[in-house]
This record gives sequence, C-alpha cells and structure tokens, in this order.
Amino acid sequence: MERQVSRSSPVRGGGPSAGWWRGLASGSHLACGEGPLRQPFRLPPPRIGEETKHAELFAASREASGAGLALAFALDQAGQGDQRPWLWVQDAAALRLSGRPYRPGLPPSLRHRLLHVAAKSPEDALFALEEGLRCRDLAFVIGEIAGNPKALSFTASRRLSLVAEVHGVPLWLVRLDAARDLSSARQRWEVTAAPSLAPRWNPAAPGLPAWQGTLFRARNHPPGEWILRDDGHVLTASPPHNGGVAGAAGDRSLAAG
Amino acid sequence: MAVWLARLAIDRWQLADGPRADPVALISDSAHGPRITAINAAAREAGVRVGTSLTDARALCPELAVAPADPAGDLALLEKLALWAQRWGPWSALDPPDGLLVDVSGVAHLFGGEKALLVDVGERLAARGLTARLAVAPTAGAAWALAHYGPERAVLEAGGALAELPVAALRLDPATLLVLRRLGLKRIGDLSGVARDALARRFRSVRAPAANPLVRLDQLTGKVPEPLLPVLAAPPPLVQRRLIEPIRHRALLDQVLGDLADDMVRVLEGQALGARRLDLALWKVDGEVVQRRLELAAATRAADHITRLFAAKLDDIDAGFGIELARLTASWCEPLALSQRDFEAAAEAHGTSLAACIDRLSIRLGTGAVRRPEPVASHWPERAQRWLAPLDPGRATQESLAFNVRPLKLLDRPELIAVIHASPDGLPRRFRWRGALHEVTRAEGPERIAPEWWRERGAARLRDYYRVEDTAGRRYWIYRHGHAADGRGGVPEWYLQGLCV
Repeated sequence: MERQVSRSSPVRGGGPSAGWWRGLASGSHLACGEGPLRQPFRLPPPRIGEETKHAELFAASREASGAGLALAFALDQAGQGDQRPWLWVQDAAALRLSGRPYRPGLPPSLRHRLLHVAAKSPEDALFALEEGLRCRDLAFVIGEIAGNPKALSFTASRRLSLVAEVHGVPLWLVRLDAARDLSSARQRWEVTAAPSLAPRWNPAAPGLPAWQGTLFRARNHPPGEWILRDDGHVLTASPPHNGGVAGAAGDRSLAAG
Repeated sequence: MAVWLARLAIDRWQLADGPRADPVALISDSAHGPRITAINAAAREAGVRVGTSLTDARALCPELAVAPADPAGDLALLEKLALWAQRWGPWSALDPPDGLLVDVSGVAHLFGGEKALLVDVGERLAARGLTARLAVAPTAGAAWALAHYGPERAVLEAGGALAELPVAALRLDPATLLVLRRLGLKRIGDLSGVARDALARRFRSVRAPAANPLVRLDQLTGKVPEPLLPVLAAPPPLVQRRLIEPIRHRALLDQVLGDLADDMVRVLEGQALGARRLDLALWKVDGEVVQRRLELAAATRAADHITRLFAAKLDDIDAGFGIELARLTASWCEPLALSQRDFEAAAEAHGTSLAACIDRLSIRLGTGAVRRPEPVASHWPERAQRWLAPLDPGRATQESLAFNVRPLKLLDRPELIAVIHASPDGLPRRFRWRGALHEVTRAEGPERIAPEWWRERGAARLRDYYRVEDTAGRRYWIYRHGHAADGRGGVPEWYLQGLCV
C-alpha cells in the first residue's frame, strides 16, 4: 500500500489504526524495536516537523541523497505561504567532498530564499547552526558536517535539539560518511540513493529522485525502511524491495481481496 | 552669488605660518618632478608662475622658498567655508577647487541690496584673511563667469550682457578652449555670431557640459537648468565618557562600553537613525589611541547587540597604563523609524532577527562566509550563479527557462573521471570516480554547452553534458570536455561536475 503525504492538505496518520504507535511510543523512544509491535513496512514515514525539530540523516559523500532528502522533508513540512529564508551550513570538509549548492538545481520554491554559510571548521558550523536555530526569521536550517568530529559530541547535539525545540525552527543535519555515534537527534535516518522510476517520455533517462531511507532510531515512531520519492509536489513512501506489488495488499488479508 | 577664493591655498598657508614678504611657492610632486601649485604676491613679482616646474622657477628666482601643498586640507577648509557662507543664503554649493556658490535669491534686501551684500561678504572674508572675487547674477554660470573674468564685485541684472567676457568664462575644459581658440572664437559674443546649428553639429558627440560650449552658453543664460549639490551639515552622532580614574581591566571596559552604547542609542533615537558603522576610540594615558570599527548588516539601535559585537573585538586590547577617554561615533547612519515595542513579554524569547543572526555569524566566521546565490544570465554552468552579501537585494533578473535538469550541488572544481563509452560519441557506460566504479544504467544527453566566445579565448572547448544514473541509483552530472574532431586538443577528457538529487 502506498500512502501519500500531500503538501497542500497534510494528512497525518489517517485511518482507524493510525494512532496506535503514538500512544505506545509517547513515553519512551525505546518502545520501538522487537516483538509484535514492530510493523515497519506498512507505515508512511512520519512527518518529522511537528513533533520532532531535530533529525539526522546519515549519507555518503559520494551522492547528494542526504541533502536531497532533507530538502524534500523541509518542503513537505513547510507551508506553501512560508517565504522566510532558510539556512544551509556546510563545514569545509563537506564543501570539498560533496560540493556547493547550485541555485538552478534547487527546488523552485526554495531557490531565492537560500542563505549559505561556508564554515571553516565543525566548531564554526555548529555555532552557525545554533545561531540559525535561534533566529525567528528562518524557515528551517540544514547542516552538512562530514565525518565524526570531536566537536559534534552528544552534548553538542543535545544543545541543538533544545534550541530547535525552544525556538521552533527545524534542523536537518546531514552527516556525511559518518559512523552512528551518540546523538540526541529525535529521528535518525540512514539514506542512500535508490533507482528511480523510468520517466514517461524518455525511459532511458534518469527519473524523478528516489531514496532508500532507513529510520533506525526515532522517539515517536518505530524504525522502518522505505523508498521515498519526490515528484516535485508530493513526497511518497512505499515499502522497499518489492516494487509496491506486495504492498498493494495493504492492511487487509490477501484472502479477502 | 559666486565666490572665487582666487588664492585659497596660499592664503591658508599664510594663515598657518604667518605672512611672508619673500617669495614663497607651494609645490606638489608630479611625474616630472615638483611642480608649483600656488604662489604668493612676492613670487609673482619675481616672475614665478603657477604650473611651472620648481627647477624652472628656481632659475628665475633663486631665493624662492617652498612648502608642500595640501589639497585635501584646502578642500576641508572650502567645505567649512561653504557651511559658514550659509549666513548669506539658505543653501550653498561647493565649486572645487577654490570656489563657492551661494543661493541669494530673495535675501539681498536683508543686507541692504546686492551691492551692500557683496561689500559685507568681501569684508568678512577679508577679516578671515582670504582674498575673494565676488559676483551676483541670475544664474550660477553667469555669476561664476563674472567672479572669474568680470569686474570686481559685479552685479548682473536680469538680461545683462556678458558678451565681452572671454570664452574661458564658460567653464570649459582646456581641450575645448583650444578648439574654440583655433576656430577664432575668443569672446562669448563671438559664439552668438555663429549659427547655433553649426555649433551643435560641431559638438554633437559631446554630452559633458564642460566640453560642449552650447550647453554652457544655455546654462549661462538660464535656458537649461543646472542642478547644484548643496552642502548640508551632518554631524555624526557622537558620545563619549571621560573617566575619573584610568581603567585597566576588561570588566570595567565592558561597563563603559555598555554605558556608551546606551548613550548612543538615546542619541540615535532622538534623530530617528540607526547605526550602520560604529567607531570606538579609546585614549590611553600614554597618549596612544586604540580604534575599533564595526559594520552592521542593517541599521540598528540595539545597545546589547552593539555591546556584544564590540566585545568580540576588545579581546586583544592592551590597556597599558589605563584608558582615560572612550568615544563612540556612528560614522554611517541610516534612517530607522521608531517602532512600537511588542506588548507581549513572550516576544523577548522568540529568537533573534535575521539581521542580528547574520551579524553574529559574520563577526565569528568572517564577512565572506555568509552569502546568498543570485542567478546570472549565462548559460555556462559555473557562471549561472554568483554569491552576494546575505541582505543584498541584488539585481532584478529574468529567471532563465528551465529546459534541462540541473544538479543540486556543484563541485568547486570538476573532478577528472575515467569513462568507458560505447562509441567515441556515444553514451558513457561506466566510469571511475574517487576510486570506485559506477555502472551507468541510464543516461540522458548530450546537452551541448558551447563556451562563451565573448569571454573565452578562441581555443576553449565545448562541453557535452550527460545526466547519468548508476546501478545504485546515484545520479551525477558529468561532461566530456571537447570533441574528438574539434581540433582543439587531444582526446577529450571526462569530468564529474555535479551531484544530482
């Protein structure tokens, strides 16, 4: 089954059984995991904006998946009318490995609002992230930090989480080529690129962006794995590995249909 | 009214050094040695002229004394005089290097008529030790002409004649004067003898008034308006604290700085201004002055913001025996209207404004670290965007048509990749980048982008761009630099330039 999260009319957890995990997982983020509670392949990716202001996306520096998915999440959460600028912070290593934002390639509704910060060290990047989160005139903040620098400790990530939640500015932190160290991010994703669907008019060309996202740690959602696709209007999630065929059965039993 | 301070430089020098009876000249250095820019009366008697080189003048007058000229000081004096001259009229304008223009329309009766006004001006300037030639006329151009070339203290009534003055009275540059002299036109009256369209044809390609006698003639008679820039006094907001006891410790300095910022905010508030640039000067007991300068992204009037930004710049100050005077000057201000404070106390906790955020970032990371991309009308990928200051509005440009998909990120330098392709001009099949092999499953291209011939040299090679996707779904923007048969180098090489979403 394929569930959609539309940008124009946000649907959050629709359906009769949608609220079960919220009640279970509200007390502790450890509730998700083993046992009969786990139903990872049937849920849409949560909308991480409202409940969660701080998410980390682990990605390889060889691909632009991390930043791409972070932008897709940001677009998905931000309202249409929000015309505030947004901040993109990169440290020097991230800038060297994965390049600089290119305005013609950004989503059209975000192009003219980008403020870019090229920080020399991870310490400066963290400072810029925190100052950006304190600013009420920013729509969201995207950070890109390469590796596991000493400055990005658990304390630093906790600082970022608190500032983001106090001031209500969401933060997507892209960790390039990083190991899964300690962090207080409310959601932690592992992102890789996924083969795109063939475009309608030129099947030989690369299609619309697709990512394979693994949510391996979250405070308000069980972990899971999805193929996420962004067609410029809607961010859709479908189960991986089966091309959507098996998922079409959805929640009902196969015998019924 | 035009005032010509014919000997401003030498008068100013004599005011400073006392009158001298022996020949004195002011010199300035030029490419061909020292050159005379001003002389006193004794030097003129001895045959020295302005503009000759010092060695030639010494040959004529061996006892000539010299002093260096100071054009910047002369201009500063002229600016002060222009403000002072507003006692005779509502506004005045500079006429560099040595003249003033004062608007006296409708005010002459306060001084007893134009003649009496000129007498008053002449006496007061003479009392300040300045020789001046004065004239009153209906237009600025006519007053200037009479002051420089007319009789002493001339008053021109409306419709008066200026035909006998030389053409130099039209404020033309030397090249145009030379042309007119070669044409045999020596006086202003001679110009009106020539047919107007003949003059217009002769100077049709010249727009600048100083090179076009027809425009100057019309300005003289008032047929063409001549806008002048008035001089306005604008003292910068300044606050200072004299300290009873010289301070040597940082905590006390922060306290003084906070007080200064509060005072400055009060002064700025009174004038409805916000500071863009602030200069802090600290006078130490041993006579040294420490200067610190702060530039702000947007006009501000927040004392704690100013204090915080300055605090980062005070870390390396050596107080020595102590600081006895601190002064804060807002040397660049912009209008900032008073705004009503938010009634909600909770608004205090709602975060910083964008300008404050950018200030904090650029103070710590440097001014070039925070920037904003702006599109540029160029089809060459690297030139299609440029980076501006974050709050710079930029130029209004037309958004280019998006026929082709562009990558999300661009590497600062395209990286060389090894590509295996089906045929010399065919699609790439696999490539090796940063030590790993990528099998291309899908490709789109080529999108051929030719170099901008008006910028590049002739041998620049074109680029064939391909958008490719590998087996893992990673999408890249690669290009072949050149064409095998273009005759501009060897076998074309492949580069990876962008990472697509």
